Amino acid sequence: MTEKQQNRCFQEFIKGIIRENPTFVLALGLCPTLAVSTSVSNAIGMGAASTFVLIGSNLIVSLIKKQIPEEIRIPCYIVIIATFVTVVELIMKAYSPALNRALGIYVPLIVVNCIVLGRAEAFASKRTFVHSFMDALGMGIGFTLALMIISIIREFFGFGKIINYPVSYNFHPALVIGMPAGALLVIGLLLGFFNLIKQKK
Amino acid sequence: MPNRLKVAVSPHIHKPVSVSKIMWSVSLSLIPAGIAGAFIFGFPALWITVISLITAVTTEAVIQKLTNKKISIKDGSAFLTGLLLAYNLPPSVPFWIPVVGSFFSIAIGKMIFGGLGQNIFNPALAGRAFLMASWPSYMTSFTGPLKFDAVTSATPLALLKEGKPLGDVSYMDMFLGLRGGCIGEVCIIALLIGAAYLLFRRYINWQIPFTFILTVGLFTWICGPRGFLTGDGIFHVLSGGLILGAFFMATDYVTSPLTINGQIIFAFGCGLLTAIIRLWGGYPEGVSYAILIMNAATPIIDRFTKTRVYGIVRY
Repeated sequence: MTEKQQNRCFQEFIKGIIRENPTFVLALGLCPTLAVSTSVSNAIGMGAASTFVLIGSNLIVSLIKKQIPEEIRIPCYIVIIATFVTVVELIMKAYSPALNRALGIYVPLIVVNCIVLGRAEAFASKRTFVHSFMDALGMGIGFTLALMIISIIREFFGFGKIINYPVSYNFHPALVIGMPAGALLVIGLLLGFFNLIKQKK
Repeated sequence: MPNRLKVAVSPHIHKPVSVSKIMWSVSLSLIPAGIAGAFIFGFPALWITVISLITAVTTEAVIQKLTNKKISIKDGSAFLTGLLLAYNLPPSVPFWIPVVGSFFSIAIGKMIFGGLGQNIFNPALAGRAFLMASWPSYMTSFTGPLKFDAVTSATPLALLKEGKPLGDVSYMDMFLGLRGGCIGEVCIIALLIGAAYLLFRRYINWQIPFTFILTVGLFTWICGPRGFLTGDGIFHVLSGGLILGAFFMATDYVTSPLTINGQIIFAFGCGLLTAIIRLWGGYPEGVSYAILIMNAATPIIDRFTKTRVYGIVRY
């Protein structure tokens, strides 16, 4: 691999983290973001599961893109994605039942997470195997980081905890931040904040 | 037509009335209710009001300074928001509640939308809704009137909701404000004095408050607890934050419709929602939520009550 190719691969990886962050820039996959960003441990679990599915689906889609007929490509993608989601769900049930209970219905719902389908449709179906892998990794990490930022804020203000440890008994958390309305509020403020930084540049 | 306000549908005519004059007049008209609240609930009520006012004005100044905008705290709108928020708090809340509430009202309820005139929701009510959803236990524990030892007592509406006897609270007590409740909402007579001043100066019109109050009274009378036409409409009009909400918060220029027809629809919606929340909802009191919901409906009401441009053929 030449230096230029390496550089290109690195670009595909790094763009998912800041420049095309799936949550804060593309505004994709907001439903699981709203639902599971109540604690940092949930956020990491959800982020890891989504990253695994993203990598798996991007790889398979980029490998068999020539064989998939244009007219039925979306059902094909969904079958591939659903396979990896089932794998994740069974692994999670076997090794981390507590996390599985905490995430609940949102694990099977990764199938319809628009980040996964979006990357398969917009990226993996047109690009090479290596680039698709780097893209999936970058997007997955970007999604996980975004979830973690939101959940750190919500866990602190909504439940008075920092990574599951209570801050102080004199601290009265604002319940609404832990509820869906608070998630919308926090995500909206963060989106505005990141847009502000982008404008300043 | 010298009585037309500047914010209205055309035709327009100049009048020596400014935003700041209206805001300060509304604030002034709320003073009697605050004095009554401080007299009924003691010093905590006064401190909460002062803290809320200071936080609201400081927040607005700091945000305008940070965003390099002209500092407009002298126009009185932040002062009014702080005052209204304090009037919507129980007198027994800890002192950080008005700080957080006022900050939320001004920062999230108003400045984030672009400041005065741009906000969708009444900032004071947005702050109250935030506090209500965040610290419900503080926001729903009330102290009784004229007892300065902080004995908790439920509001008449809360008692009604729980199906408990109302005790010896008469209409006269409710009219004078001798009941549990929020700081500024209890003393009806003081609120009516302020409202009469605003109506007399034509800073607010009579359509919104009267439609609002009449709808609540009639609806709660018609859908009574023991069947048709058995409700106690007068009790519902005098209790909760209806008078405060109808005269001082539903009439907010920014978040209510522009035309008279629109304002009547708006006020009717507020009244209906208030009555529904009180009779069948989960909360004992629904004035603030009713106004917030109708605030959200204001743009669509404005669209449907647009006045016909002279000379244009009706389709």
